[in-house]
Amino acid sequence: MSTDRGLLDVLNLEVNYGGIAAVKGISFIVETGEMVCLIGANGAGKTSTLKALARMLPARGEMRYGGAKLHELPAHALIGKGLALVPEGRGVFARLTVAENLDMGAYHRSDEGITADLGRVFDLLPRLKERRTQLAGTLSGGEQQMLAIGRALMGRPKLLLLDEPSMGLAPLMVQKVFEVIRTVAAQGVTILLVEQNAKLALEVCGRGYVMESGRITLADTAKNLAADPRVRVAYLGE
Amino acid sequence: MDIFLQQIFNGLTLGSIYALVALGYTMVYGIMGLINFAHGEVVMIGALVALAVMAPLAGSGLPGPLVVLIGLAAAVLVCMALGATIERIAYRPLRNAPRLAPLITAIGVSIVLQQLAMLIWGRRYHSVPRLLPDAPHEIFGATITEVQILIMVVAALTMAGLMLLVNRTKMGRAMRATAESPAIAALMGVDANRIIMLTFVIGSGLGALAGVLVAANYGIAHYHMGFLLGLKAFTAAVLGGIGNLPGAMVGGLLLGVIEALGAGYIGDLTGGVLGSNYQDVFAFFVLIVVLIFRPSGLMGEKVAERA
Repeated sequence: MSTDRGLLDVLNLEVNYGGIAAVKGISFIVETGEMVCLIGANGAGKTSTLKALARMLPARGEMRYGGAKLHELPAHALIGKGLALVPEGRGVFARLTVAENLDMGAYHRSDEGITADLGRVFDLLPRLKERRTQLAGTLSGGEQQMLAIGRALMGRPKLLLLDEPSMGLAPLMVQKVFEVIRTVAAQGVTILLVEQNAKLALEVCGRGYVMESGRITLADTAKNLAADPRVRVAYLGE
Repeated sequence: MDIFLQQIFNGLTLGSIYALVALGYTMVYGIMGLINFAHGEVVMIGALVALAVMAPLAGSGLPGPLVVLIGLAAAVLVCMALGATIERIAYRPLRNAPRLAPLITAIGVSIVLQQLAMLIWGRRYHSVPRLLPDAPHEIFGATITEVQILIMVVAALTMAGLMLLVNRTKMGRAMRATAESPAIAALMGVDANRIIMLTFVIGSGLGALAGVLVAANYGIAHYHMGFLLGLKAFTAAVLGGIGNLPGAMVGGLLLGVIEALGAGYIGDLTGGVLGSNYQDVFAFFVLIVVLIFRPSGLMGEKVAERA
């Protein structure tokens, strides 16, 4: 394949993790402006896929992002190219304050727009503004998730990888987090969302892929997936 | 009373030096979980390099403090380069190895540096020229020299500068973030290799300063001076809570004072059986007591289960 079709093109991606083949040759694309989800059960290889993209795990196959080969970039070069990951378990710096976490999000930047972006993040996530002098470790799980998203936004991402943003959150907080994700997408950020909560993921995304034990078994629009009997039985609890 | 105050002065002088060295241990531990046992030798190299530069300049007519400043600059530069080299050659290849491997490597580096210093400077004790004003001043019956005051002031200013760097700058923020999670910091664009090397460079610079201050205080330097000093500074870091910067400072000062008071009173306490040459016992006695009652140190957060 000589020309890239999407912002992100993944071809025959394989990831071995702890001696296990976690991802067994998957291919998918994410086009600019899209919101795509990767759904599947625990252990299907979703997180390994995101970690491979973020260069946190070694992988084989092709990962092309905006014309660049991700294999050739170290993890710390990705954000400079507009690729951000909000990791599983949020990964906020517990011993840094909320404001310092957000500043870390803009670490690679030296432009004049950082202050304005901080204002935008505080508008989107007002709780963070209230708690900006608090240590991130003292926040609730939902607030930490908001902080992790806000921190990623401070890097001005073009493509945002979100790993299980609903994990461990109360239903009301999950709704709030997804509202924020929807707003971010509406602002033009391309999103690849990994979720166990298939119902929610298919509600907010345009397209989706279903992963089962390291392979993509279904690929369709979110609407069709939500109507697919196999998805309904396996992931929507029917 | 005057003995007490006297030993407090002496202890704070010594403690300021321990604190500077302890910071080097604690910074490296904080960022990569490694006890860099070679750090004491870096301090020794700092003292000897400074001496090598200062000795020929001492009789040149340049003002003493300027000569010390030149010697200090040379020592800091050499030690920073040395710290960076040690990190690059000895520790980076072992970044993902089991914890015991870098620890043993650290001991190896320590031996190599000590032997190297012996080859260059020989086994003898070198006397350090008196270049700093050391006029004694009397305060409430105790004596404090100008060198002692200088050591405390320089150490305090340096530590204040370090705290500003770590807590108030972008670079310091990246250091703290990397200490917490190198992988997540990388997602923010932080090059962990750069930050870790920087940590070694800063720690080694502080070590060089400490080495010069030790030599200035005791007027003596030799190739194995880093061993005991390093061990005591490490004790100070553990006492304060290893990985914790203010802990290293408090631990260093406290250890210095405990040692000085111990040396001052041990004769009286034991009826003259033990003399002040048992001074070194106190550091390790304190270490044992702290490890029994507060394994995470005075200001440490949680018990680290790392080698």
